[in-house]
Amino acid sequence: MFKYKIVRASAPVWMRTLIPIVAILLSFLITSIFVIIAGANPLAAFYNFLIVPLSSQSSALEVLVKSTPLILTGIAVTFAFTAGYFNIGAEGQLYAGAIAAVWIGINFPQLPSIAILPMMIVGGFLAGVLWALIPALLKVYLKIDEVVTTLLMNSIIMYFVSYLLNDYWRNPQSGYPQSPDISAAAHFVRLIPKSRLHLGFIMALLVVVIVYFLIKRTPLGLRMRASGANAAGARFAGINVSRTMLTAALVSGGIAGLAGMGEIAGIHFHLIEALSSSYGYTGIIAATLGGLHPLGVALAAVFIGLISTGSQTVSLALGVPVYLGDIVQATLLLVTLGMLLLQNYRIERR
Amino acid sequence: MYAIEMVGINKHFGNLQANKDIHFSLQSGEIHALLGENGAGKTTLMRILYGLYRPDSGEILVNGQKTSILSPKDAIQAGIGMVTQHFTLVPTLTVAENVVLGYTHSQLVSQKDIEAKVKAASEKFGIHVDPSVMVKYLSVGERQRVEILKALYRNAKVLIMDEPTAVLVPQEVDALFESLLKLVKTGLSVIFISHKLNEVMAVCDQITVLRDGQVTGTVKKSATTQVDLAKMMVGRDTSGISRQIEHKIGKPIYEVKDLNALSNQGLKTLKGVSFTLHRGEILGIAGVSGNGQSELTKVLTGLLIPTSGSVFMDGQDLTHASPSTITKAGVGRTPEDRHEGMIGDLTVAENLAMEDLDKYTHNGFLDQKAIVKDAEKKIADFQIKASPTDALRKLSGGNIQKVVMARALSRNPKVVIASQPTRGLDVGATEYIRKKLLEERNRGAAVLLLSEDLDEVLALSDRIAVIYEGCIRGILPVSEATAEKLGLLMAGTC
Repeated sequence: MFKYKIVRASAPVWMRTLIPIVAILLSFLITSIFVIIAGANPLAAFYNFLIVPLSSQSSALEVLVKSTPLILTGIAVTFAFTAGYFNIGAEGQLYAGAIAAVWIGINFPQLPSIAILPMMIVGGFLAGVLWALIPALLKVYLKIDEVVTTLLMNSIIMYFVSYLLNDYWRNPQSGYPQSPDISAAAHFVRLIPKSRLHLGFIMALLVVVIVYFLIKRTPLGLRMRASGANAAGARFAGINVSRTMLTAALVSGGIAGLAGMGEIAGIHFHLIEALSSSYGYTGIIAATLGGLHPLGVALAAVFIGLISTGSQTVSLALGVPVYLGDIVQATLLLVTLGMLLLQNYRIERR
Repeated sequence: MYAIEMVGINKHFGNLQANKDIHFSLQSGEIHALLGENGAGKTTLMRILYGLYRPDSGEILVNGQKTSILSPKDAIQAGIGMVTQHFTLVPTLTVAENVVLGYTHSQLVSQKDIEAKVKAASEKFGIHVDPSVMVKYLSVGERQRVEILKALYRNAKVLIMDEPTAVLVPQEVDALFESLLKLVKTGLSVIFISHKLNEVMAVCDQITVLRDGQVTGTVKKSATTQVDLAKMMVGRDTSGISRQIEHKIGKPIYEVKDLNALSNQGLKTLKGVSFTLHRGEILGIAGVSGNGQSELTKVLTGLLIPTSGSVFMDGQDLTHASPSTITKAGVGRTPEDRHEGMIGDLTVAENLAMEDLDKYTHNGFLDQKAIVKDAEKKIADFQIKASPTDALRKLSGGNIQKVVMARALSRNPKVVIASQPTRGLDVGATEYIRKKLLEERNRGAAVLLLSEDLDEVLALSDRIAVIYEGCIRGILPVSEATAEKLGLLMAGTC
């Protein structure tokens, strides 16, 4: 006989804020098992994961460098999810933005920074929009599940990138599958000397603020939230749910495109296949962990940036595989998703 | 001997004492009403009896034996069945499969066999449903019929019915009551949860009235009247709706002509519906659910495009208009299902502002202050128990419906589409919504009232139409419309 039962009830506010914290603690508890298997002391491992990267200025700045694309993809995913559109294609849209940025950066060598950087930003955004267009139209007009189509678009663009790098942009001298470098004027300035922290970080923060106001304070944001929460109710109130969803899907693609543009102009200066280490997918983790709140998502992205920086320090210090960081991230997502589900239920005494 | 005795039942949820020292006894072979407003504690008490809740204190005796009921399984084993207010059917299974679900005694299920069994049962109980149809294709009313059949099929000794008649036509209610009366003669006992006095008086032997979680009295039907029961229930005299008898109907303003439309499943559901609304009148459309009311509501509120026909208001063609165009033309639209039509995750103020976003937009931003201020005014005007920043989902059904009405009526619409406006609401909220609709009529608006509650249609309408299988069956002035006449029209027998 069970003395307790589970009922559906929404969680109080304090619990919503507690969820990410508990999720993080729980994830560390679970991943300790893997750390032990790898032959290291879990406490030492998490010390290296969380504390060491923050203990020197250069590595702390590196955390922000790592989190820059994650902030953008996390916000991209958040924007679409808010309107009830599940964009799993941020990874592909990131590459679309990167391709456009590289193309502009290569082909206008005579232009000064003040002209070329805005062109790359606009171009990167539009390329992301374009890459998001087909699944969005399929969803809105033919009701084809966007989770499947946006995901498939990611593979398509990876093959396109591979074609570009092995044929169109192939370096005739070295033969490396990488594009020519963009002009020096097309580089984002470094914010702090001797670090890799670049202007893209400011761009990402600006996007966070803009999206926050868009979602919370504008009619479009209210329409998006309404469509995402209850499409039938939104339709009844006279909202064009299809158009709202389409807008959200395209803007989401554009923001993901900016992530690719930022990596080109700030870090790599040319296109490579490994431009993104799954930032598009990790953005989903950031969005979920941040509770689809733009500020929360930005914090979550920085935290994930910390873990991925930390996974390198752990690896160096303790001789464990770098992939431990991926395990921590994946565990974190699963635990968070589980807890988000749980927050809709409550245990009651019979 | 009592079939069921509940002794000293206490139950609280947080600070709310839902049941206070309740004593309730059900005699074998009686129909015992549990009467009270929403929130009086009826459903809590019955959930305790059915093993869904565990009481803080108190005990349950079944046939004089102290019985521990910790789950519905225990309750079913003790011979207790329940028809709940919210459906527990599996939409992707057929009616027959749903009815026998968990009640088959072999590992193999033959469609034919169970369909025959269920058909036989449905004839025996006078509840007509097609056993081979998938439940997801049924209307709300039809689903409820399946629920009732499912409970009856299990041959429980004690049957708890939580407002089972809400969506049945008088004839079907009569048929249900008849089969209940027949069944109680064979030893079945029925607990009948209701807030409809006439039904309680029609069928029950004893009536226990609850108010604020306490028993205010148990009376024999023969020793009481509807007025007395109403007093026990709400603790005051219910004032009936006062309506002007002499009421002048104005000029025609809204014309629906030969409307045809398809349901979600592609079935012809509206077949040539025509009617005209006049200023200052309420046209009631009575009918059992599933006869085209949903589709008619959807067409008139802009959610469904008709296959043919026209809708004109004041000369403006609204046949293919979008929801926002219809709203702007001066139609107050309310959804048939308030949960589907409103957005629970957003705040009360946001829901109220949703149709007027342009008005609240300045320089591209929403004017939050204006939204909240207007919401405060509407909340006060419509006596909504909520603050503007509450999430809508936290409100009771009655208050959500008031939000629906506040949004639709505060623009002073020329035409009001009110679809099932009081479904599932308690007496107080129902009375308030009805009063508001009459105010709209008296203000000069044309009101279309679609309702499955015949009493409601009779009480409010100036003219009454009956919808049956997607057709309008004659439109009568209220003076010529008797419950019997309408009931026969609703059941399609004339």
